[in-house]
Amino acid sequence: MNQEVFLAMPVFLISAFAVLIVVLDAVSGKNKTINFAFGIFSLLATAGAAIYTLTLQVPKLVNPADYHDIFTITKNTMVFSSYSAYFDILFSLAGILTMLASRSFISKGYHEYKEYYSIIILAVAGMVYISHANNLLMLFIGIELMSIMFYILSGYFRQRIESVESALKYFLLGSFASGFLLYGMALVYGATSSLELNVIAQFIAKNNFNATYLTFGIALLLIGLSFKIAAFPFHQWAPDVYQGAPTTVTAFMSTAGKAAAIFSFIIIAKALMPSFTNNAMRLVSTETMQMILAVLSAATMLIGNITAISQKNIKRMLAYSSVAHAGYMLMGVVANNQLGYDGIIFYATSYLFMQIGAFIVLSVLENKDSSNINLDNFTGLRKSNPYLAALMAIFMFSLAGLPPFAGFFGKYYLFLAAIQSGYTWLTIVAVISSVISVYFYIGLIVYMFFKDSDNPIAKAELKLSSVSLFVCLIGVLLFGFFPSLLMNLYAIIK
Amino acid sequence: MFNIFGIGPLTLITFLPLIGLLIILAIPAGKDEKARELSTNLYRWLTVGFTFLQLVIAIVIYMNFNNALPGINDANTMQFVEKTPWIQLHGLPIFGDLKIDYYVGIDGISAPMILLTAIVCFVATFASWSIKKAVKGFFMMYLLLDIGMMGVFISLDFFLFYVFWELMLLPMYFLIGIWGGPRKEYAAIKFFIYTLFGSVFMLLVMIGLWFTSGTFNLLDLANPANIRPDQIFSGFGTTWRLWAFVGLFVGFAIKVPTVPFHTWLPDAHVEAPTPISVILAGVLLKMGTYGMLRIAWPIFPEAVKYFQEWIALIGMVSIVYGALCALGQHKVGKRDLKKLIAYSSVSHMGYVMLGIASMTSAGVTGAIFQMFNHGTITAMLFMIVGVIYDRAHTRSMDDFGGLANKMPVYTGMMAISFFAAIGLPGMSGFVSEALVFLGAFATYPLYTVISGLGIVLGAAYMLWALQRVFFGKLPEKWSGPWDPSGKLYKHDDINGIELTALIPLAVVVIFLGIFPTYITNMMTESVNQLIHFVTVNGQFTGL
Repeated sequence: MNQEVFLAMPVFLISAFAVLIVVLDAVSGKNKTINFAFGIFSLLATAGAAIYTLTLQVPKLVNPADYHDIFTITKNTMVFSSYSAYFDILFSLAGILTMLASRSFISKGYHEYKEYYSIIILAVAGMVYISHANNLLMLFIGIELMSIMFYILSGYFRQRIESVESALKYFLLGSFASGFLLYGMALVYGATSSLELNVIAQFIAKNNFNATYLTFGIALLLIGLSFKIAAFPFHQWAPDVYQGAPTTVTAFMSTAGKAAAIFSFIIIAKALMPSFTNNAMRLVSTETMQMILAVLSAATMLIGNITAISQKNIKRMLAYSSVAHAGYMLMGVVANNQLGYDGIIFYATSYLFMQIGAFIVLSVLENKDSSNINLDNFTGLRKSNPYLAALMAIFMFSLAGLPPFAGFFGKYYLFLAAIQSGYTWLTIVAVISSVISVYFYIGLIVYMFFKDSDNPIAKAELKLSSVSLFVCLIGVLLFGFFPSLLMNLYAIIK
Repeated sequence: MFNIFGIGPLTLITFLPLIGLLIILAIPAGKDEKARELSTNLYRWLTVGFTFLQLVIAIVIYMNFNNALPGINDANTMQFVEKTPWIQLHGLPIFGDLKIDYYVGIDGISAPMILLTAIVCFVATFASWSIKKAVKGFFMMYLLLDIGMMGVFISLDFFLFYVFWELMLLPMYFLIGIWGGPRKEYAAIKFFIYTLFGSVFMLLVMIGLWFTSGTFNLLDLANPANIRPDQIFSGFGTTWRLWAFVGLFVGFAIKVPTVPFHTWLPDAHVEAPTPISVILAGVLLKMGTYGMLRIAWPIFPEAVKYFQEWIALIGMVSIVYGALCALGQHKVGKRDLKKLIAYSSVSHMGYVMLGIASMTSAGVTGAIFQMFNHGTITAMLFMIVGVIYDRAHTRSMDDFGGLANKMPVYTGMMAISFFAAIGLPGMSGFVSEALVFLGAFATYPLYTVISGLGIVLGAAYMLWALQRVFFGKLPEKWSGPWDPSGKLYKHDDINGIELTALIPLAVVVIFLGIFPTYITNMMTESVNQLIHFVTVNGQFTGL
């Protein structure tokens, strides 16, 4: 059979499952476990298919121009590379971790509705489309599918005002950003007469485009995508949305969602930021774009980290810190080289484990009305929930980027990449902002470990969340002590 | 040689505490009073056992250490070497493979530090008897700290060094933050942020060095032949290289600490529990100066030459300013005895800076010897303060007086340590300070003469403290026994456990005062090699 069928298996599988689970909703009656189990199964199957495609001899996503007319079934709308397969695995994993942790969480704060699981599967489907997109429309469909599912998920606690507020805010601002994105795509199409990224790359390489349209197109694309990853100055929605959304949803949005958005950045950058200088592209030359992104990245991490210092609500604090982490990941795009993309992959992976882990700890400690997620409430957690406090401390240290946890190596590779491409000043800004970030990550630890409280949070019940937490811990430690496991994976599958 | 199942002595000495840590983790703390007491004792004696084993290995290493091999930049003369690949990444764009080794080994400048770490960690365990809160966690953190410190001194790979350097930060943070005094949160965060701020610049320099030389191996990094053209740190005496040296230097100077990066030290010391103060002053501060000698000096020799005079100046200012601050404790504030000793550390580490800035054989030997001596002497001082604080729950010198009658043995130990700190001949501190002055005078006579003030001031603040606490009239409130119930302290004087901690240190201090060559001989070859190497390579530039 055509190899392409196997390569496209993750995409086909997740699409089929996403449709099936909605149908299952209709027929399964009151049995929620079936939906839950089916959701887990479909994500496992997708991840399995993606792992299988990695064993096939797939070329790395080096240059979209290499993919012209190879894939006949998907009509060149999709690209199948080890990068995209790897991200499929990552998204499925994030989905599984979130679903395991959500089971008890959503029934604690609200009723457990079956749609929840369907929506997560649909969101993962959107992310998988993003990671395989070779066509701007495909990219847009992926981003929209993912975003719409996020709007719904943010408002999942529909009787709670903050949740509804966050959903509305996210929806209004998000659709506005999607408009920018779509307009940008239209202008790029106008400039190069193609929607396929490999073709666009060729046109740009041959100097065959309308520079004015392309400049505006790229600028609008950058704005739209910056919104999706919550980069400065389009980051203001993130704290409100992340705070209002159900905690497990926030965990999912801020990791898998961010990874997907940053991956679309990579896709765009690969096609539109060629690694050679082109005289005709005065305004949109690679150097200019790199410089713009570098400034964005520097501002994002500084603003994110500095604002996080003054937060009293832990969810909000982590939201601002996730803004800063988007800034770190942008460094890889700025670097615009192989090391940078590998760094993003590593960072996205380690960030997924530590951020999901931190939010799951929050979610199991939360009250029904999520009132006790302020810093004060965590006072003396060491006594009442010693293991959760220790886990949280490890996740915080990893987020702060201390060795020997996974977060350190993520930052380390990104710093390497940025210095290699000549952005030493950006690295110095990143270093300073990560020192700033230590203050609030460590601040949480001060509350948990160094202070004693009269009425500490009661001992939490973990249930299925413990599986997620365990996986997150293993991820943070394993990739911290043996980062080469992950980095060599790409080398082997190349 | 000495390999047990293929594990060398350095790996053993570093990771032995990990076994102790896991055993402690496995032992439950117990529910009722009796079980709790039993487990507490178990944790204590397990830690004593493992640190004692560590000390035994350190002594075995000392006995088998070959003084004739210089090490420094010569991989063949490093001793007890172990080398296995740790992190390997293939097919990176510029250099092909990124390789980080688990590469450990010692030479004349790290061997004394290994010995010092083992001694201080062993004796500080006895000072931990006064820890009553969350004993299990305390000893786990204590052993983790031990691993981090040993790791720093054995690493010959920059990356490995960095990982251990940061690893040691975490337990230290918790040890101050959980078991510390009233302002523990402030002190812990200040310590953490200061040190981290220094170490991130170290990280940047490390990355730059990798681009320049394509390796993390410290010996290869020091070799100018490995520098590739057109990289960030290529050439000699370039602006980038000077900045890189400044970055590294600040990272290490924060740890030492030298003026003006010293303000975290008094806070950390005052708030930290006794055993942690002992380790902080005894071992942690040495990492800064050790890092300079091991990393900054050989890799950036021309920058050393360029900044040499400034470094000597910083050393001089630290000596005088630290001493003045210590003296000032008699005049202002609560007359906190611990704070006084903390500032005296700043002053004494200034001698080390002056010595290593001099780049003479006597100066550097004296500096390393001073690192060792300051470790043992200050450990004693902090323990002595701990003894009295545990009984009286105050450290203010105003609250005491006339303790000599109440606690004669204790007064004797205190006299030994105070005189050692002043630098009385016959004590180890005298030899090292004399060597530093001898070496530094040849290079910077003016700074050395001014630094001599430090000794005079040192005598003043130490003797004054001795007088205030031990002589004169005993205050009314201390006339009775320390603990009326008689449970905690049976006698007024220092008890057995505390003496067990102090006597070995006193023996070391006096023994090395009379026979300093037992330590100095270890380092002579290495120091000469280091000076030769840095001087020769430092001339590559027209600076």
